[in-house]
Amino acid sequence: MRVPLSWLREYVDLPAETTAEELSDKLTFLGLKLEAIERPGTDVRGPLVLGRVVSFEEETHSNGKTIRWCQVDVGEDEPRGIVCGALNFAAEDLVAVALPGAVLPGGFGIGARKTYGHVSDGMICSARELGLGDDHTGILVLEPGAGEPGADAGPVLHIRDDVIELEINPDRAYALSLRGVAREAATAYSLPFTDPAEREVPARGDGYPVRVDDPDGCRVFVARTATGLDPTAPTPRWLARRIQLAGVRPISLAVDVTNYVMLQLGQPIHAYDESKLSGPIGVRRAAAGEHLTTLDDVDRVLDPEDLLITDDTGPIGIAGVMGGATTEVDERTTSIVIEAAAFDPVSVARTARRHKLPSEASRRFERGVDMRLPQQAAQRVAELLAEYGGARIDDGLTVVGKPADPEPITLPERLCSDVSGFPIPRLTVVGHLERVGCAVDDTGAGSDLVVTPASWRPDLTDPNDLVEEVLRLVGYDQVPSVLPPAPAGRGLTAEQRLRRRVGYALAGAGFVETKNFPFVGPADWANLGLAADDARRTTVRITNPWSEEEPELATTLLPGLLRALARNRARAHGDVALYEHAPVFRPDPDHPVAPLLGVDRRPTDEELARVIAAVPDQPLYLGIVVAGAREPSGWWGDGRSASWTDAIDGVRRMAETLGVEITLRTGRYPPWHPGRCAEVVVDGAVIGHAGELHPRVCKAYGVPERTAAAEVDLDALVSTATRVAVTAPALSTYPVAKEDVALVVDETVPAAEVAAVLREGAGELLEQVRLFDVYRSGQIGEGRKSLAFALRFRAPDRTLTEAEAAEARDAAVAAAAERLGAVQRA
Amino acid sequence: MSGPNNDYDPVEVTPLHPDEVDRMKREALDAIAAAGDLPALKQVRLDHAGDRSPLGLANREIGALPPQARKEAGIRVGGARREVKEALERRTEELEAEQEARILTEEAVDVTLPTDREPRGARHPLTTIQERIAEIFVAMGWEVAEGPEVEAQWMNFDALNMGPDHPARTMQDTFWLEPSGSGLVLRTHTSPVQARTMLERTPPIYVVCPGRTFRTDELDATHSPVFSQVEGLAIDKGLSMAHLKGTLDHFAAGIFGEGVVTRFRPSYFPFTEPSAEVDVLCFVCRGESPAVESCRTCKGEGWIEWGGCGVVNPRVLVACGVDPDEWSGFAFGMGLERTLMFRNDIADMRDIFEGDVRFTLPFGLEV
Repeated sequence: MRVPLSWLREYVDLPAETTAEELSDKLTFLGLKLEAIERPGTDVRGPLVLGRVVSFEEETHSNGKTIRWCQVDVGEDEPRGIVCGALNFAAEDLVAVALPGAVLPGGFGIGARKTYGHVSDGMICSARELGLGDDHTGILVLEPGAGEPGADAGPVLHIRDDVIELEINPDRAYALSLRGVAREAATAYSLPFTDPAEREVPARGDGYPVRVDDPDGCRVFVARTATGLDPTAPTPRWLARRIQLAGVRPISLAVDVTNYVMLQLGQPIHAYDESKLSGPIGVRRAAAGEHLTTLDDVDRVLDPEDLLITDDTGPIGIAGVMGGATTEVDERTTSIVIEAAAFDPVSVARTARRHKLPSEASRRFERGVDMRLPQQAAQRVAELLAEYGGARIDDGLTVVGKPADPEPITLPERLCSDVSGFPIPRLTVVGHLERVGCAVDDTGAGSDLVVTPASWRPDLTDPNDLVEEVLRLVGYDQVPSVLPPAPAGRGLTAEQRLRRRVGYALAGAGFVETKNFPFVGPADWANLGLAADDARRTTVRITNPWSEEEPELATTLLPGLLRALARNRARAHGDVALYEHAPVFRPDPDHPVAPLLGVDRRPTDEELARVIAAVPDQPLYLGIVVAGAREPSGWWGDGRSASWTDAIDGVRRMAETLGVEITLRTGRYPPWHPGRCAEVVVDGAVIGHAGELHPRVCKAYGVPERTAAAEVDLDALVSTATRVAVTAPALSTYPVAKEDVALVVDETVPAAEVAAVLREGAGELLEQVRLFDVYRSGQIGEGRKSLAFALRFRAPDRTLTEAEAAEARDAAVAAAAERLGAVQRA
Repeated sequence: MSGPNNDYDPVEVTPLHPDEVDRMKREALDAIAAAGDLPALKQVRLDHAGDRSPLGLANREIGALPPQARKEAGIRVGGARREVKEALERRTEELEAEQEARILTEEAVDVTLPTDREPRGARHPLTTIQERIAEIFVAMGWEVAEGPEVEAQWMNFDALNMGPDHPARTMQDTFWLEPSGSGLVLRTHTSPVQARTMLERTPPIYVVCPGRTFRTDELDATHSPVFSQVEGLAIDKGLSMAHLKGTLDHFAAGIFGEGVVTRFRPSYFPFTEPSAEVDVLCFVCRGESPAVESCRTCKGEGWIEWGGCGVVNPRVLVACGVDPDEWSGFAFGMGLERTLMFRNDIADMRDIFEGDVRFTLPFGLEV
């Protein structure tokens, strides 16, 4: 809401020295938050005076342009010669003249200068040049009698003002008007408030016929007619300037006065050209298939829920949202039917949303307007049309329906103090409530107050609403600061602690955390090389996505991570290891729809279960990507390129941090390289994958070749960790016996499997088995490899003999030979 | 070697003559002093202190002396040998110390060489600030609650007193999820966690819920369609705006430093009544900005807009199964990106989400 202070001062007599800053500060602390202060006119400096065009000569120059060489009386002994490019004025017209030395908006300095063969001793100004609007079709021609030549043009043109722009919260609809803001300003300064809505409405008999078929949608409909309007009558300069400063473009007298009254009182008004109306005005819901061309020239198909204004021809407007084109007031209109109504907020809100038509009117209706206003508002419009357009106000006044009486609210005596946290005396409560317009029935100390809100405060419905009114007038700064003693809590849950630990482990291992958007799209599924039936293609889709290319919610963190990696690479940081933990969204296509429940009671457990069941599974995943040099080369020698091992090691670190035992198996799962992908298995279930990405995937995302990645279900890892307690090993202090074995196996046999079989075969004496070499050669044979393991044996209670260690070793080798066809190399 | 000879005079036996013993001793001490390194000293030890050294041989001759003469000769020769042995030990220590000093000097390195062979990692500042906030509240006995990002509309709106036609509902620029009528949205705030918590637990309740939220904003220097909030909810007997103020003052001090307090301005949120916007005292200029002209952090305001809060609207309590006649509560919510931006002087919100390691690394393992 933009509020010109000169207008505001008409309803509250603020001290002359009050600044815009001081006022807006006070309003902000009453709940009308300052957005901006503007000072129109401060950029116009120096001599700007009224001038009378004495005479002019029209000259056409070689460049084809016609100019006027004018003699302009600016109150001096002799007229000044001024060149003017506009042609929209006549001799004797009163104009605004910027004399040499003046500076106009945009720092445009005026001087006497030579142009078109004359010395132009000033400039005749257009409205735009003075910052008074967009009009630059010609110069500004003032009405006769506006002032004497030579007089300061500033006050005549209303150039200078202060405008405060306030952010109005949805509950304070009344403040979407000068009336409402002025009331708050009067409260802030404890000054009397002059209510512009207090106005006599003389009337005799009915006015234009109106039939309301939907009294729920239209509580009050007022129609008043003004005839004999001079369609050429201009809008008075002060009125046009006020609405312009308030953010509404002046158009014509009839339109401007409706906007003026809406801004003044908060009551939206619509004006119909009476000559274009056929028969009585009706108010009803739309029928299926009806449509209407609205004032913005859009043909709109109407919904049966839309509330319409009609005449005998059908719809002529969408109630409270926008009028129709067929009955629009135009430059020939002489007779006007003024509509001021109270429409149902919900109906207007839905219709405005449905047609994506938020208007100044709908914004006010959906928040709630003062139902007692329509008659006064219509009267005020009619008076302005009469005063400035020569119109005659018809005696008749149509009033259909009557305003609902505000519901009284019972305010428990102690509620204001209890909710605020400090004592607020009963007298203060009553006084402040009355100040905001409530009627308070106070039957004395010890009893509840019965409070009837003012008609302009439909937002006040609950006792706590009244508490807020009282507290904001007492001052939010009066609230003391008291720390509540919370009961002893349980601290973080095990899951929360473990998740943090994973982050520390990965960051400690050189991974950098990222926060990526969870938005993905079809291109990602192609880039990742997912099969048509891959479960990750089953996604939650966004109706109104942030990006048309990415309308789905992520089922894998890899696209986001790879995009971040590519971004780093593009910025010359290709050697990075990134991780992210975030949920993925896995819809169950058969999931039930979340029911919309009421809010007047707690849902039953069964209802609640249905709501919760409708929400898709959103497990927390952890993804990592690593590329480029994992270790840089340097004075110490060569570095090391990132490889599949880093991705797998990242997963191992996580598992170790959590104390969860994982098994790795050879896997085949896009987007990983088919020969370099590990399945991460916990308790027999695959909970993730790690390895090198498929070369095509690296290319598609623009990340370095051999980029490695891992993605695991962090929730699954963490929940395992919370279930399994670590068993401390028994430490033997007897000497260790070491045995090395080299086993030749088929290339396809995974090393981890050989190690596992050795471990099993060796029995209890085995303390550790560690692969220390992998060797291939022609001597061993095609498709074979030699795996060298170091075995450490130790007994808990004695020093092992050589024979015992050898026996255990042989048992391990025998198991590998039997189960995996391993042959021991000599 | 001669046999026992009772008439034997030690002075007459040349090697045992005092002058001779003294000469042998001096020769030995000179050689020890002259040994320049440990190998040389080893040779000196063989030549002058071994069994075959002059003093060693002299020692053997003692046994051949008549008993009455043995004592005197023993003292003489033994003293000389002891002196030589001590000199050897001293010289060994000296030479070892010299050798060690030489080796250590030779082994000196340039400690300013780069050592960053192991790559460095970092956690994201959004993570660390969430944890920091959680810790402030956990220390007061609060708990950390969580909720889903894809949320039922009923939880995100209805239960929070934002009915289908509430103006605030359209103001929240929601991402709607298909199919239409799914009843699901990307949560527009962390407040549905309030509703879930009240529905799942019984009061008293003291929880904070940090988390990711979504609105259809454009991505620019100060907006993002994906952002984070922290929500707080307390439900207990007799809670008031004063308790809210006390909690937020404590919170502000924990995040921005001792002495940083909050102030309230009247505002509107459907789920709280009364409602307030929270400003935090500028932790840089401490509200002295008129004096410290144009504080960069608060833009000369002295206060920084931080979030929203209020007393839980009794309608919300009813919808979530909490009896408003018995219990009352307060709630608050802050944007975490915004908090980070002014706390850590981040100029562009996009930096938080782009994953550029140059942004994140300086935050290191900050807690």
